[in-house]
Order: sequence, then C-alpha cells, then structure tokens
Amino acid sequence: MNRHTLSVLVENKPGVLVRIAGLFSRRGFNIDSLAVGPTEHADISRMTIVVNCADHPLEQVTKQLNKLINVLKIVELENVGSVQRELLLIKVRADLESRSRVLETVALFRAKVVDVAQDAVTVEATGNRDKLDALIRVLEPFGIKELVQSGMVALGRGGRSITDRALRPVERTAAGSAQ
Amino acid sequence: MTDQTTTPAGPRAGLADPARKGSGPTPRDLAARAAARDATDARSAPAQPAPAQPAPAQPATAQPAPAQPANGQPAAQPAPGQPAGPSAPGQPAPGQPAALQPASGQPRERPQAGFTEAVGAQLTGAQALVGALERLGVDVVFGIPGGAILPLYDPLFDSVSVRHILVRHEQGAGHAAAGYAQVTGRPGVCMATSGPGATNLVTPLADAYMDSVPVVAITGQVPSALIGTDGFQEADISGITLPITKHNFLVTKADDIARTIAEAFHVASTGRPGPVLVDVAKDALQSMTEFHWPVPFDLPGYHPVTRPHSRQVREAARLIAEAKRPVLYVGGGVIKSGASQELVALAELTGIPVVTTLMARGGFPDSHRQNLGMPGMHGNVAAVGALQKADLLITLGARFDDRVTGKLDSFARDAAVVHADIDPAEISKNRRADVPIVGDCREVITELLTAVTAEQRAGHKPDLSAWWSQLDAWRTTYPLGYDQPGDGSLAPQFVIERIGRIAGPDSVYVAGVGQHQMWAAQFIQHERPGHWLNSGGLGTMGYAVPAAMGAKVGRPDACVWAIDGDGCFQMTNQELATCTVNSIPIKVAIINNGNLGMVRQWQTLFYNERYSNTDLDRSHGGPAHGHPDPGLAVAGGELPADPGGRPRGTRIPDFVKLAEAYGCVGLRCEDAGNVDAVIEKAMAINDRPVVVDFIVHRDAMVWPMVAAGTSNDDIVFARNIAPDWDVTE
Repeated sequence: MNRHTLSVLVENKPGVLVRIAGLFSRRGFNIDSLAVGPTEHADISRMTIVVNCADHPLEQVTKQLNKLINVLKIVELENVGSVQRELLLIKVRADLESRSRVLETVALFRAKVVDVAQDAVTVEATGNRDKLDALIRVLEPFGIKELVQSGMVALGRGGRSITDRALRPVERTAAGSAQ
Repeated sequence: MTDQTTTPAGPRAGLADPARKGSGPTPRDLAARAAARDATDARSAPAQPAPAQPAPAQPATAQPAPAQPANGQPAAQPAPGQPAGPSAPGQPAPGQPAALQPASGQPRERPQAGFTEAVGAQLTGAQALVGALERLGVDVVFGIPGGAILPLYDPLFDSVSVRHILVRHEQGAGHAAAGYAQVTGRPGVCMATSGPGATNLVTPLADAYMDSVPVVAITGQVPSALIGTDGFQEADISGITLPITKHNFLVTKADDIARTIAEAFHVASTGRPGPVLVDVAKDALQSMTEFHWPVPFDLPGYHPVTRPHSRQVREAARLIAEAKRPVLYVGGGVIKSGASQELVALAELTGIPVVTTLMARGGFPDSHRQNLGMPGMHGNVAAVGALQKADLLITLGARFDDRVTGKLDSFARDAAVVHADIDPAEISKNRRADVPIVGDCREVITELLTAVTAEQRAGHKPDLSAWWSQLDAWRTTYPLGYDQPGDGSLAPQFVIERIGRIAGPDSVYVAGVGQHQMWAAQFIQHERPGHWLNSGGLGTMGYAVPAAMGAKVGRPDACVWAIDGDGCFQMTNQELATCTVNSIPIKVAIINNGNLGMVRQWQTLFYNERYSNTDLDRSHGGPAHGHPDPGLAVAGGELPADPGGRPRGTRIPDFVKLAEAYGCVGLRCEDAGNVDAVIEKAMAINDRPVVVDFIVHRDAMVWPMVAAGTSNDDIVFARNIAPDWDVTE
C-alpha cells in the first residue's frame, strides 16, 4: 500500500465531483484527501486526490476515472517531482501565561497567527502532511480547541504544465468549482 | 408512469404552472424558485459553451472536432422490413458508416417530416428534442408518458418518422430498447416520465450497462425550479443512474436539448457502447429555443480509441506464432464490433480453437469445426478445458468475468494473455494481460490477420495437431447432452433444442435468466451474430419478453423466439399486451417447470435439497390460503402430480388463458411427441403473438457445472462425474 497523489483535470460541470467520488467508493477505494478548485481555465477544475492503494488497483482506478466523460486528464504526481501542500488552521488555548510559548512554537514552524482572543490564538500553517502533523503534536500540550485541515494540493516541479496540451485555452472569467 | 393530472398533486406540480405565471406566484413560490434557480444556474452555467465560440476556432486537440458532423451526408438506411444481413447486427465498428450514422447527427434518407425542416426556427424544447430524434434517424421509441414528460409527447404525436410504442411498464421499454439495439446495431431509445417512471428504467439501464448495449433513455424531470424540493414525482434519476450508465445528463435549458441528445447518441454508440440517460426538466421542454442541426458536441473528455497499437498487434502475432496450445477466447465485443467474418478468417488462418462466451454465442458459427462452444460455469468440458490448459489466450472483446474464469487464481494458469478490448479499463482488470491491445475488435482482428500472415510467411506456423487431438478427445468424450426423464415428461433441453432446429439459425432467440437461458445457449445452434440476446452480466429475470418485442420491432422480418422460464415470464409478461396491440408477433416458449429452476438446482446441489421458496405453485412456510385448486393447496407437501404422475409446472396463472387474455394465441405442450407439432403450429402464426406453455420436468439440471467460487479444473460433467483431463481419443 502506497500513498498516491492524482491530479485530475475535469470539466467544470454540475455533478462532476459526485461522479468522481462515487467511482472511488463503488470500486472499493478510500480517498485519503480530495481538494478541488478552479484552474487557469474557467471551464476546467482540478482535483487533487490522495489514495492509499497498491499499484495494480491504482492503475485500475485511473483507467476507470479516465472513462468518465467529464474527466479530461489524469496525472500521478510523484512525491519527489512535485510540490505538495496542505493548509491547517488550528485554534490553540493560549492565555497570558502560555501565549509566548505558543508563539515561539508557531515561529519555529514558520506558521503564523491569524486571530487572537483572550484565551486562544488561531494559527495558519501550510506544508506537507508530516510537517503539519509535527506542528499539531507540539501544540497539543497547550490544548487544541479545534482544527481544520484542507486536502492536499500539488503541482509538478519544473516549467511544464499538465494543462498545456489537450485543453482549450479559454480566457479566465470567473472562478467556478465543480460541485 | 401515471398521468399526474389525475392526482391531486398534479396540477400544482405541472399543468398549473403557466397559469400561475399569469396570476402571479405566491411568495413561497418565489422563494423556492429563486433558490432553485440559483442552484440551477450555479450548476449549469459553467457548462454552457460560449455561443460565440464556434468549434472550428478551437484547437483540434481541445475538441473532437474531426469526429463531428460537418455537413450531413445522407446515408441509406435500411427500410424497416429489410433484412439487416449477417454482418449488420451488433455494433458496427466505428469508422463504418452504419455505426457513425446515428451518432454523428447525420440525417438519414427518410420522409422528412415533423420538425426536421425547422432548422433555425423557434421551437419549444420538446419540438427540438423530437427534431433531434428525427435527425438522428430514430424510427422507434418505447415509452410511457406522464406529467413531467407530457410536453414531449405532444410534438411526438405529430412525428411521422418516429414511431412511439406505448409499453405497459417502463422496464419493458428499457429492455425493448436493448433488444432493438442488439439486432439493429443502432441505439435503442426509451422514454419515461420523472420519478417512478424513471426509476422503473433502472433495471434495464443496469442490464444494458453490464452487457454494453447502446440505449438512450430520455426521462422527464420536474420543472427546474422544483428540482431539489421533493416535488411531486421527483427523483434524482441522474444521481441514481450514475453507476449504471455510461454517462448521463440533466438538461435544464431548452437551448441545450438538441446538442445533448446528439451527444447522448454519440456516447451510447461509440467506443464501448452503453446506456446514456438524458433527464430533461419540464420547463426546458416548454420554453423556446432556436433549433440548429447538426450541433457541435461539447465532449472534450471523450476520445474512445479504436485503432490498435501496431507494435502490440505484432507482439500478439509473435506469441501466436510460438504458442502450442492457443485459444481464441471470444466475447461479446466481437459481435458489437461486427467482427464475425474477420474472426472466422483469423481462426482459419491460424487453426486456433475458438470458445464463445455467453455474450458471444453466434459471433463464431457453432457449426464451424474450430468452435469448442461456450466456456464458463455451464460451459462444455472442451471449452473449459481448453482455457484451463492453454498456453496462450487470445482474448477478443471479453472481460474475464467470474462466471467464465471460476476461481481466478486457478484460471488458465499456464497461459500468456493477449487481451484486446475497446475499453482500456477491462484490460488487466481481472487477469493481467501480457500483451494489452486497446482497440475495436474488428480493427484489431484485421491487423492481426496481416501480422499473423507476415509471421507465417517467415515460416512461423506452429503445429497444433497435438493440441487438437487433446481437444477432440474432450469433445467426443464429454459432449453436451441430457437425459430424457424416465416418467415420460418433457425434458426442457429437448424442447429448446427442437425450437432451435425448427426455427433455424435465421431466427432471433431471446432468453430470460436461469436454467432455460443456459440450455438455450447450449442446445440452440448459434450461427449468426446478433441472433442471440440475453441478459448476461446482470442476469435480469424478465428480460426475454420485452427484449424480444424490441428485437421484433428492429427486425420485423425475422422470427423472434423468447425462450423464457415460468418465473421470468411472470415478471414482464404484461408486454404481451403491447405486442398484440402494436402487431408485434413474437413467439414465447415458456419452459415451465413450476419452479425457479436455477435456484432450485443450487438448492439441490448445495442446500441439501431444502427447497426454500423456489416452488412457484405452492405456498411456502404455512398453509396455502385461497388457492383455488385444492390439489395444489398442500403446504409443505410434495408438488402435486397430474393424473399421469408427472409434474404439472406452474398452473397459477394458467399461461394459455393468460396468453388468450392478452390477445395472443396460447398453446400448451406436455408430451415429447407433440413438441415438433406445437412448435410448427407456433411458427405458422404470424399475425399475433404466440405463447407456448411447455410443461417440463422440474428436476432437470444444467450440466456441466463449475460450482461458484471453485476452480474450472473442478468442473462437473454431470452429477458426480468429473472429467478425466488425460483422456485420449
């Protein structure tokens, strides 16, 4: 079992997300994380899907994904050849006494405080899963009031773009998402 | 489903809408509509291609522009009564005019009528939909109207070229469309209204999906403002059918209707065929749009591959040249691509034995010496053994279904696998392919012929005589066969065999699901592609009667026999009314053993002869209540016998009387001596449907058999008899 990151370009049309998510579930695959958002083309959305599976089933699910009419392109992004990021927002208990130590930790992780209250601070951090897990572990002793984490987004390194070919250039007009 | 105007909720949901516009909507209405409108806009707005963006201006890579109809080049269309010919049934290969015709939006030569001349005119969405169907060459639609789809049925009423056949249940419409598609090679079309009408299509859509049959289903949907509000007869049919259609669409704007219908036909009939559903909101049918034809597709993500990779084909030819025990493992894809003639050529060029799966019966003639018959759970010993002992499988349009492979890890252990399929996802799905070939079967086989010929010219033609003597030994030692019951009652296999002999290879045979289906696959001699229809993948009881109806409509000249069980028949026999009323004279043979025979067989073999709920003529688990025949009202007792001491089959209902009630001719046969005479009598009746109730022995079993989950090596030839694989002639 390995973690695989698939970058999937899809038509920005109604119901596309459910087609993709439904395919994973009915073919017996668990999605670790899924992030979807607009791209530089108004009528194309990009999904970053992280799945935990062996190579053979991955090939099968990729082929099945490719059969979906609304799927334009699928690329597997290797860990080494790509930049992978998740976003974490975490609300940590921080009173006058502990606040400076919390801020020190936040600085160490190059995270930043985005909201302050009497008894808590909210911290924003980006990074890969390992870094964010480490941050959470270090902040845990202060008391985590709540946290939210995005799915992973990723881009391949270097100058090439997976949208270069096979996609029609359309002037970006409005941000839409494939809901 | 039902005409909703007769129900209290009807006017509110449907007919009163226009009137309400005049008198002003209620505040609650406005809020609901605004919410729904926002939702709809958000969902559909980005999907619209910019109107000012004509296809030619787009890069070729971005859109399958070359595949699109530029200017309609009329192609000849067979008249309804004209035989399609041996190679026509099934899905013709893309690239063949017949295959692309319905999909590409090119008009057929037919009486121009209705809305076809109205290009550029202002039409309602419903009129545009009918116009699109006419332009696509649709000649028959099976369906039932209802509230949400009523606007479509009005212009349909005026269409000269599109004949609508009113069925009795939407499931019948779906199977009929599939039957039509399989004998004509063109997409079959069914229609239903929203909610229950649409959900009744679920089974036939799932069936068509499993068997890759091109079907286009058009369903009405509640007005777009009501979508998501649990409106009357609302069901999210596009959501429901997501996993059982090749693709589906929800259309909420009249402007999208013609294009979407064209896309639906294109997707259904190209690549690996399959069902496509188009759900159209009522207000989209009612509002005005400008009709244009042909319409450019907006399918940037759909590029089926039909041309095989030549390097892979050469590699396959190299393996063929080296193999000592090769087998051509042929599936339904060969029939759908119209590759039967090419297959015969390849088999004869190489001398390789052929096995034809349940879906491929008729794709290679049974009379051909190289045909070993059907493999799989109820395949014959030679076909199963050939696969098991092969050193090379040349798999063409088949998918290593569990009913063929048995226990997968013991299937054809020593074989290298060449796997050609138009669907890349089938390749290496169940069994890893050593040589994967993505492409249309006909193109693959055509290129294989060239590549194999080149190998043979180079002197690489293996000697298969040892392999053949092994196969022939299995064939002669373990032929298909059956016993005549000792009590003089009818053997079901005999009935089916005689129907096949008397009706001949030109007839179309449509089976239900169960024992009779297996016997029909085994004991009818299948010679031609597109003459054997059955529910292979899904195993849908109730398939036969409506599918036979659709087949008869598609090929009115052909004799169409439904071979059905008494259990299956009772699931969809209401379509006999449709057949009678619309002059669709099919013939139905009910193989009546009074039981759910295949389930009973499993109970006999694996459940210690505990016949839980498989006897159709007896109450289970308590006293029989209200049974009009006291002789039958024996709870828990043995099946009552007729005066001759033989099983009676299902007598409730009386199928002869039922047939007569439906306006069909009803016949019954209980004696082997009468079988031919009754079949011939049925063959002579061509002005109305005929139903023959064959009362057969209930203990007959389908042999050979590979028990579910076991290895093909453990095939049982007949009860308690395992074949000796080392047998020699």
